[in-house]
Amino acid sequence: MKKIYILTLAALLFSGSCKNDDKFLTIEPTTILSNDVVFSDPILVTAVLGNLYNRIVDFTGLDNDWRSFVDFSEAFPSENAQYGIVQRTGWAFSEWQTWDYTYIRELNLFIERVNAAAALTAADKKQFVAEARFLRAHYYFELVKRMGGVPIVTTTLEYDFSGSVANLQKPRNKESEVYDFVIAECEAIKGSLAATSNQKTRASAGAALAMECRAALYAASIAKYGVNTPTVTLAGNEVGIPSSMANAYYTTSLKAAREIISGSAGTYKLYQALPNLSDNFAQLFLDKSNGNQEVIFVEDFKVGSGRTHNFTVNDQPFSQSEEGQDAGRLNPSLNLVQAYEKLDNTFAPIATKDGSGAFVYYTDPLDAFAGRDARLAGTVLLPNTFFKSKKLDIWAGYQLANGTVLTSGNASDQKPLPGTTTPVQVVGDDGPVNGLEFRTQTGFYIRKYLDPTEGSGRRGRQSDVWFVRYRFGEVLLNAAEASMELGDYVAASAYINQVRSRAGLTTPITLTAANGFDRIVHERRVELVFEGHTLFDMKRWRLAHQVWDGTRIATVADLTSNLAAANKRNTNPWGLWPYKYYDPGNPNNGKWIFKETIPSNATGASRFQLGNYYSQITDAVLGANPKIIRQPNQ
Amino acid sequence: MKIKFFHIAPAVLLILAAACKKDNYDAPTSTLRGALLYKGDSIGVEYNQVPFNVFQPGYGKSGGAITGTFAPDGTYSILVFDGNYQFTMPKNQGPFLWKELTASARDTLKVGLQGSQTVNIEVTPYYMVRNQQLTVSGGKVVAAFDIEKVITDAALAKNIQTVVLYINKTKFVSGASNDNIASASVAGTALPADLKNISLNVTIPAISPTQNYVFARVGVRITGVEDMIFSPLKKLTF
Repeated sequence: MKKIYILTLAALLFSGSCKNDDKFLTIEPTTILSNDVVFSDPILVTAVLGNLYNRIVDFTGLDNDWRSFVDFSEAFPSENAQYGIVQRTGWAFSEWQTWDYTYIRELNLFIERVNAAAALTAADKKQFVAEARFLRAHYYFELVKRMGGVPIVTTTLEYDFSGSVANLQKPRNKESEVYDFVIAECEAIKGSLAATSNQKTRASAGAALAMECRAALYAASIAKYGVNTPTVTLAGNEVGIPSSMANAYYTTSLKAAREIISGSAGTYKLYQALPNLSDNFAQLFLDKSNGNQEVIFVEDFKVGSGRTHNFTVNDQPFSQSEEGQDAGRLNPSLNLVQAYEKLDNTFAPIATKDGSGAFVYYTDPLDAFAGRDARLAGTVLLPNTFFKSKKLDIWAGYQLANGTVLTSGNASDQKPLPGTTTPVQVVGDDGPVNGLEFRTQTGFYIRKYLDPTEGSGRRGRQSDVWFVRYRFGEVLLNAAEASMELGDYVAASAYINQVRSRAGLTTPITLTAANGFDRIVHERRVELVFEGHTLFDMKRWRLAHQVWDGTRIATVADLTSNLAAANKRNTNPWGLWPYKYYDPGNPNNGKWIFKETIPSNATGASRFQLGNYYSQITDAVLGANPKIIRQPNQ
Repeated sequence: MKIKFFHIAPAVLLILAAACKKDNYDAPTSTLRGALLYKGDSIGVEYNQVPFNVFQPGYGKSGGAITGTFAPDGTYSILVFDGNYQFTMPKNQGPFLWKELTASARDTLKVGLQGSQTVNIEVTPYYMVRNQQLTVSGGKVVAAFDIEKVITDAALAKNIQTVVLYINKTKFVSGASNDNIASASVAGTALPADLKNISLNVTIPAISPTQNYVFARVGVRITGVEDMIFSPLKKLTF
């Protein structure tokens, strides 16, 4: 009897289960949003797109470590652990490499899913796809700048479980094909993006055109100047662009620039809001209002949102640090400072000695930099200038009449002057002292991007100054360069003079075949320094191996000669240290003198090898895909 | 409860003794070494500037290389596992010619490594410094030498850009900024046509801390070639 019960129960049990298994086991996850859900709502799609925007690769970035600004002898790193940057003699072939095909796949996936989404409106789809294509072109541009020709993958690749991955292994495209791809993508999407200068944080028509303009210019100059480095090529043109293509690229670049200048992509113009031209130039990077119509495309930050950066924490002047010992890391070099022209369009080093070799005495340290390009004081904090309504205290000691220097290792370490007994401060609060980190060791602090807002130098708050990726000033210089290379010196002069007059250089210059190239190279250096252009400009002009040739700038004469030349050597950073002259009774007592100085930690001399022109493709990539060929010279 | 140490102690011992035995490879022990030679004469290069690649085919992968650089005297050595390797030079590296098979493939030197082995790399340099005599007199280093133009085929030959005499405090002597304390150079166009009896001299600067010797060698920079070729190093005492 009992058995029957058990059997019946068991039968019941078995018949009862396995009934609606499908329904029972298929539960919508509560912690993951499915693709169908995400791609049915424009707000959720925007969130995905936001992630893709955040992954844009920049060479320098405010949230990308202060060290990204410091290389190439344009600055000196004032932090004990980072002197290696100025002590090394060159760069590894692996430097600057990038190969993030995960990002490209996710961009392709995004485009495919948006296109396939049924619930999105056609207008939303067009907008999202255009933005994703912009980001994809942006990353391919970054890839081609660093790696040369790379495989262009525009669809998601799937493994077919056949045991062979040969169909997924793509060979490298030609370098020119990658540039063509970037240019074509920009042309294709510009009509789908907002044509207004108010859209700065997301892709706009102006951003697409600015990228096209820059990419075409890079391709053109590689084609034109590649002849200077005949060994930096590959037989299949995976690296190197034939010189016959140069003019077409210059024309494309000029056309894109003119489209922005004409206003068809939104109203863009140079930022001219403040009467003081140096303050105006600094404010260009700080003004986040719609009134700033120079800025085209940025990486934005916002205090309190979790997206902030510590550029100001790291680089604020030491005497005004809001975070105690956290300050003063990025010190612009004298190499850069002396590159800013005088207002009469001539080049001259900062005068420290007169014709007979005696010191030049200045009543105010700032007088040494007077009468120069306003961008100097807009980019660099000079000795005795204001930051946040307080003057910087930069001086290296007392120069005594007997030729010796009275100084100490720290501003807090006081010493009596000769003939007195009361100890006084003998070195500036802001440096410079060799090896004393977080104060300047070159005599200068950075001003570009430095946030004067109260609290922006605190680690807890940080700064939300945005990073400018594309701006109208660069577009004008691109137009000037493309016009110059195409032989239209009148137009080229008109474009470059717009940028120069904004900086106070109101006497127009005339570009000619003789001076055009040097002038363009110089203008881009002083206008765009610390904006991530230095390396790529020097690479595309094939000047890198001449400018960073491994020969040390050992003497002041080496440093101060040949200032106007495009291939001016720039292998190690120099500083310019102010001293107070002490000789009671002498009319020069209390005045200032300057000495050119190599910071004692800057022992290296950069050498750019031919193998550095294109970063190494890692062995992991080469090993996984036999169709990828190695870079030249590596 | 009483803790039984005689149970715990063997357990601990077991753990200590058992770990790290078979889960690690032995480090490689075979040294592959050699030198750059031209008909038995060594070819000097700059420290850390001339790379070479050693490939190990097989294992389902290709492309990845063991990369090293030549020492200033042209020697190299790598510590690797036994196996079959292929030695080659990256394109356009080194002041010498390397045999090209096709436009994209270069000749490789096959090495079957069983224990340490010396494999010299015989190459054809563009130039060689010959009959070098380095002496010190009157606070100067004086170099007298000939230059032999090795590659004379018009399609491959290259001109001399400059010839430089470098001196340094240490054995690292080259054009790199930290590798010479003084140098003297002559342009390729100013050399005698037969490239014989060339003389260069350079004043020895004050050395701090004081030492009574310097190292010297002569480098030839060839137009269109990144790397210089150097003569044998000599220590000069004064």
